[in-house]
Amino acid sequence: MLIADVLLSGLTLGGMYALIAMGLTLQYGVARIMNLSYGEFLIAACFAAYVMMTGAAIDPLLGLVLALPAAFAVNWAVYRVLLLPLVRRAKSAGALEVDSILATFGLLFVVQGILLAIFGGAYFSYSYLSVPVTVIGSTVAANRLLALGFAAAIGGALALALARTRAGTALRALAADPVAAQLVAIDVRAMAAFAFALGGALVAAAGVLVSMFLTFNAAMGVVFTMKALIVVIMGGVGDLRGCLAAGLLLGLAEAAVARLVDPGLTLAVTYAIFLAVLLVRPTGLFGRKAA
Amino acid sequence: MTAILALDGVTRRFGGLVAVDALSFSVAPGEIVGLIGPNGSGKSTALNLISGALAPDDGAILFEGAPIAGLAPHRIARRGVARTFQLVRVLPSLTCVENVVAGLAFRGDRLWGAAAERAARELLARVGLADETRAAAELTYVDQKRLELARALALAPKLLLLDEWLSGLNPTELQQGIALVRALRDDGSAIVLVEHVMAAIRSLCDRCVVMSAGAKIAEGAPAAVLADRAVIAAYLGEDAGAEAAADA
Amino acid sequence: MTQAAFARAAAGCAALAGAASLPLFGDGYHMALAINIANYTVLATAWALFSGPTRYISLCTVAFFGIGAYTVAVLGELMAWPLVLAVAGAIGVALALVVGLSTLRLSGIYFVIFSFGLAELVRQLVTWFEVNVSRSVGRYVFLDVTQQAIYLQLVALAAVVFLVAWAIRRSRLGLALRIIGDDETVAQHCGIDAARAKLALFAVSALFMTLAGAIMAPRWTYIDPVIAFNPVMSFQVVIMALLGGPGRLFGPLLGVVPLAFLFDILSAQFPNHATLVLGLVFMAIVYALPDGVAGMLARRRRAGAAS
Repeated sequence: MLIADVLLSGLTLGGMYALIAMGLTLQYGVARIMNLSYGEFLIAACFAAYVMMTGAAIDPLLGLVLALPAAFAVNWAVYRVLLLPLVRRAKSAGALEVDSILATFGLLFVVQGILLAIFGGAYFSYSYLSVPVTVIGSTVAANRLLALGFAAAIGGALALALARTRAGTALRALAADPVAAQLVAIDVRAMAAFAFALGGALVAAAGVLVSMFLTFNAAMGVVFTMKALIVVIMGGVGDLRGCLAAGLLLGLAEAAVARLVDPGLTLAVTYAIFLAVLLVRPTGLFGRKAA
Repeated sequence: MTAILALDGVTRRFGGLVAVDALSFSVAPGEIVGLIGPNGSGKSTALNLISGALAPDDGAILFEGAPIAGLAPHRIARRGVARTFQLVRVLPSLTCVENVVAGLAFRGDRLWGAAAERAARELLARVGLADETRAAAELTYVDQKRLELARALALAPKLLLLDEWLSGLNPTELQQGIALVRALRDDGSAIVLVEHVMAAIRSLCDRCVVMSAGAKIAEGAPAAVLADRAVIAAYLGEDAGAEAAADA
Repeated sequence: MTQAAFARAAAGCAALAGAASLPLFGDGYHMALAINIANYTVLATAWALFSGPTRYISLCTVAFFGIGAYTVAVLGELMAWPLVLAVAGAIGVALALVVGLSTLRLSGIYFVIFSFGLAELVRQLVTWFEVNVSRSVGRYVFLDVTQQAIYLQLVALAAVVFLVAWAIRRSRLGLALRIIGDDETVAQHCGIDAARAKLALFAVSALFMTLAGAIMAPRWTYIDPVIAFNPVMSFQVVIMALLGGPGRLFGPLLGVVPLAFLFDILSAQFPNHATLVLGLVFMAIVYALPDGVAGMLARRRRAGAAS
């Protein structure tokens, strides 16, 4: 069942990519912060789940309840303390982009440095629900299915909240046009801080879910940041449907190459897809043409 | 005489919005053509299509008989099309002389070194910025406009695109500006003028093209077009157009 | 040549001669430190050559450095040294052209993102090649090159980098890049082929980074992809250039010297906290010195002249 294998692993992988990228699309698309330390926060959440599981025997799903508000608070503070001064001093969108890239690039090494100081460079993993389940003739670990289910639930809840609530409408307005959003009495800076913090909570959720089935170490963040960035750009910045479509596309492509060609080439595939998208549609699958 | 610039059915869409809709007009050598119309009628987009900042979705643009639609802006600039921008754009970290050398150093027959500096100073004097050693960012708004024009002139343009270059000037500056534009035409440049200042349009333009909602609604001598019922309606609304017609 | 320019050129030659005569005095430890400084001088100056005027933050220095090092590991014993350098340089430039052609036409952010993961991509590809084609991941570099010879080559390379950077600043290409840095749209409407100018400079910058990697390779007797493509190096280069000030010719050098000492102490004294401290130093620079030391000095001078 080669096709079922590829489809199943591709969909579970793609679902995770979509979830990982949703937080970044909020941070970059709404708060306009290109966050290069994004993956480090994901790895930090992996370690948090690991510590809770092995140290206090707290179930990762219960850990999710603790991690989400904690990550929200930390990211809100990061925005207020570190990024808001940059937003204030930026003379243009371009200057903010350069400054936020540099600041979060520094933050990447700070977070990574903290993780390295505590955990060292070794690989970590823990066992949770790693029982095989057979789906359409292909075997997959139960924890992966569970993570996928939660990813879908979180993504769905977010999409619903963005579409139906007042705050969600404000976020979408901010993503579309920050100046116009200000004109209709949206507190742009408060909303940007909220979006950044919400994005941080989402990436923490992704980290906890990923930690159930992934072997991770302190230096792995870059790869996740990279994949999240590619999914966000491929899907169209600030667009959740785009995240989902691009995440699944990337997951399926990686699964196919890993299974049919060579697992060592998955990152090459990621890049090839990224380049292809940039050449054909620089604004992404769901992106608007710039005026 | 053949046209130096000819647009034929040029169209550009942004999503569902047709910003420029099958626009056709031409400019003869040495002619000043006014491109006018209410805000959002597509004038600046039309200039962007001519200068290559945007590529048209449809239609042809000929410069000196050769198609330029969709060419990169630097190729169009090297052929002899220069422009200014609606919101003045100088190079803030460069000096005034360097700003003008920017236009001299990369055109078809380029100038560099001492010759370029000499030419840059002459152009600065021509727009009224003699003895200017400051960085461009430190200039006043009006002087930045002058500098921007000097940079455009540095390309030795056969066609000059001025996007509201005369807007925001006080009456004295406006008179100087109008004289300057006329002098440029007398030197042989054809000019397309996007403008809201009616006094400038009346005294400068040989011909006007009026746009509304992306399409050309009138074309002719300034006095005639400005009295046209459709034009008044486009600017002031249907009722005003009808009244104007009744008055006439 | 004006008198001031002549004096500057003389000072440069004297500094070069001084740097080149260093191996006559130092011991092994100082030699290692001097090599480190010379290496980062090349890398940070080459980085600033491209990222300074264009403001495109390149995060992939080590991708080119690693390619240089790996080329030497593979070909070092098969060819004459100048030929090895030429091949390494050619590969580095080819990669820069591929990356540049696909990303430099677009807005800067795509380039940054691509460069962010490029070292990781190259590392994976090299690992894949080694596992599947040459069937061994690590390589030994048995080249009979003394520390002194490595140092002198790096100093010579640094001199060439400075000369090239100086020449570019005075050329039309240099002006084109400053214009692009200010306003790319205006640049294009002045007749500048912005994509080609950026591409040319990116390739030159990559060439020097690759050559530095090639020259440094014999220092390690053993190389594997993790050593050759260590992302911390890209990071250090950006910090050094930013601390010194990427907008000026000798700016990066001002950042290289103090930070090379700092990193040396850090890695010796606090090996487990080096990354953390690096990150903190980096952030302090971004917040406190947005134009770097050179920019701050220039501002002081201007303020002094005005008062």
